Amino acid sequence: MQPQVLLHSLPYMTLAAGMTIYVSLAGIALGMAIGFAVCLARLSGDPVLARGGAFYVSFFRGVPLLVQLLFIYYFLAEFGIDVPAMAAAIGGLGFASGAYQAEILRGALNATPPGQAEAAKAFGFSRAEIWRRILLPQALRISVPPFINEFTLLLKASSLVSVVGIAELTRVSMNIASSTYRPLEAYLGAGLFYLAINLCIAGLGNLAERRLAAGVAR
Amino acid sequence: MSFEVLWRYAPALLSGFGITILCWGAGAAIGIAAGFGIALLQRLNFAPLGWLLRVYIEIIRGTPFLVQLFLLYSGGPFIGLRLEATTAGILGLGLYSSAYFAEAFRAGFSAVPRGQTEAAQCIGMNSFDILWRISLPAMLVATLPAIVNLLIILSKETVILSIITVPELMYQMQTMAAETFTAFDAIFAMAVFYWLLVETVSRLGYRLERRVTAYMAPATGAA
Repeated sequence: MQPQVLLHSLPYMTLAAGMTIYVSLAGIALGMAIGFAVCLARLSGDPVLARGGAFYVSFFRGVPLLVQLLFIYYFLAEFGIDVPAMAAAIGGLGFASGAYQAEILRGALNATPPGQAEAAKAFGFSRAEIWRRILLPQALRISVPPFINEFTLLLKASSLVSVVGIAELTRVSMNIASSTYRPLEAYLGAGLFYLAINLCIAGLGNLAERRLAAGVAR
Repeated sequence: MSFEVLWRYAPALLSGFGITILCWGAGAAIGIAAGFGIALLQRLNFAPLGWLLRVYIEIIRGTPFLVQLFLLYSGGPFIGLRLEATTAGILGLGLYSSAYFAEAFRAGFSAVPRGQTEAAQCIGMNSFDILWRISLPAMLVATLPAIVNLLIILSKETVILSIITVPELMYQMQTMAAETFTAFDAIFAMAVFYWLLVETVSRLGYRLERRVTAYMAPATGAA
């Protein structure tokens, strides 16, 4: 063990951790937009849209992320479009995460008591109002814990975008490992960074949960 | 998709498929055995050991599988652990999944109603019998959906082994793609293959679940 290797590479690792966080945040944001749309499609009652949404979820949850990433890379290249590595990375993470987030949201919406929407309807709330004031606020609160879980999964999955050449934590620690011949220290360092980021996410998640739970009558 | 290329590479692809299944099966077996051991040790209520196992689980669950693999495969030789790629891959899958299986089993154990073990105690069963005949069967039924889900996740993780040059299906496909300039075809075939695999496993898992929970069908029907 040569801890000084870790010390020397700390600045690079910190920058790389920033890149990991950036890619993960962009991926989760894209996934949120896709997940919302797919969830709406599945619950729309329109058979074609519902079928399409179900197909999307089944495909992106069934195919390994590494295959998806390379698929995006090669699929568009087949039509002569050169995909920048960053777009492929964020796209790959976002498409996959969208499938999982759609399911999280669908589960949360199903968990809100149907009587509430019916009561709101009886009071003369419009469809949009029911969604905005009754369904969504509750669904969002229910989906916080699984969403935090999804976020930590995505952070770990972001290590795979090293394959398309993004200089995030895993890629940079690979470079450090090969330039210093100290893979043990390099990968331990990367692991510590991932652990630290995950602990932060878990802490923020707990905070959010407590904050949101404050509004619920027990 | 040119079938001539696929046909020419069929032996390599078949052996890759075999190695994928081997890594999946052996990795999951190690993970289930180790995870079960961890869950049992956690039930001993010995604080230092429980704390140590908790740290192990959190470390494994808090770091990416790829980093763990690199640590094992290229960091291992520096602490005298020189492994072949496939061995490292299987061991890595086993260690990685052991933490998740341990959590699943722990949840399963806590899902067994306390009254059942207490009743077993009252009629004078010893603690081994209580574990073997009361807790374990109920725990396994409660854990089955989680186990199937973990098996599906693991089948997808085997693809990552290609990065440390385990000659499994993804690795063979990429070799074929590089040698014959059929990158798109290869990756498309991989996507379809894994999709079918995952769909099949989850269907089978669903059937198995219904099978083993059949005895409690009236109870769930009433609820």
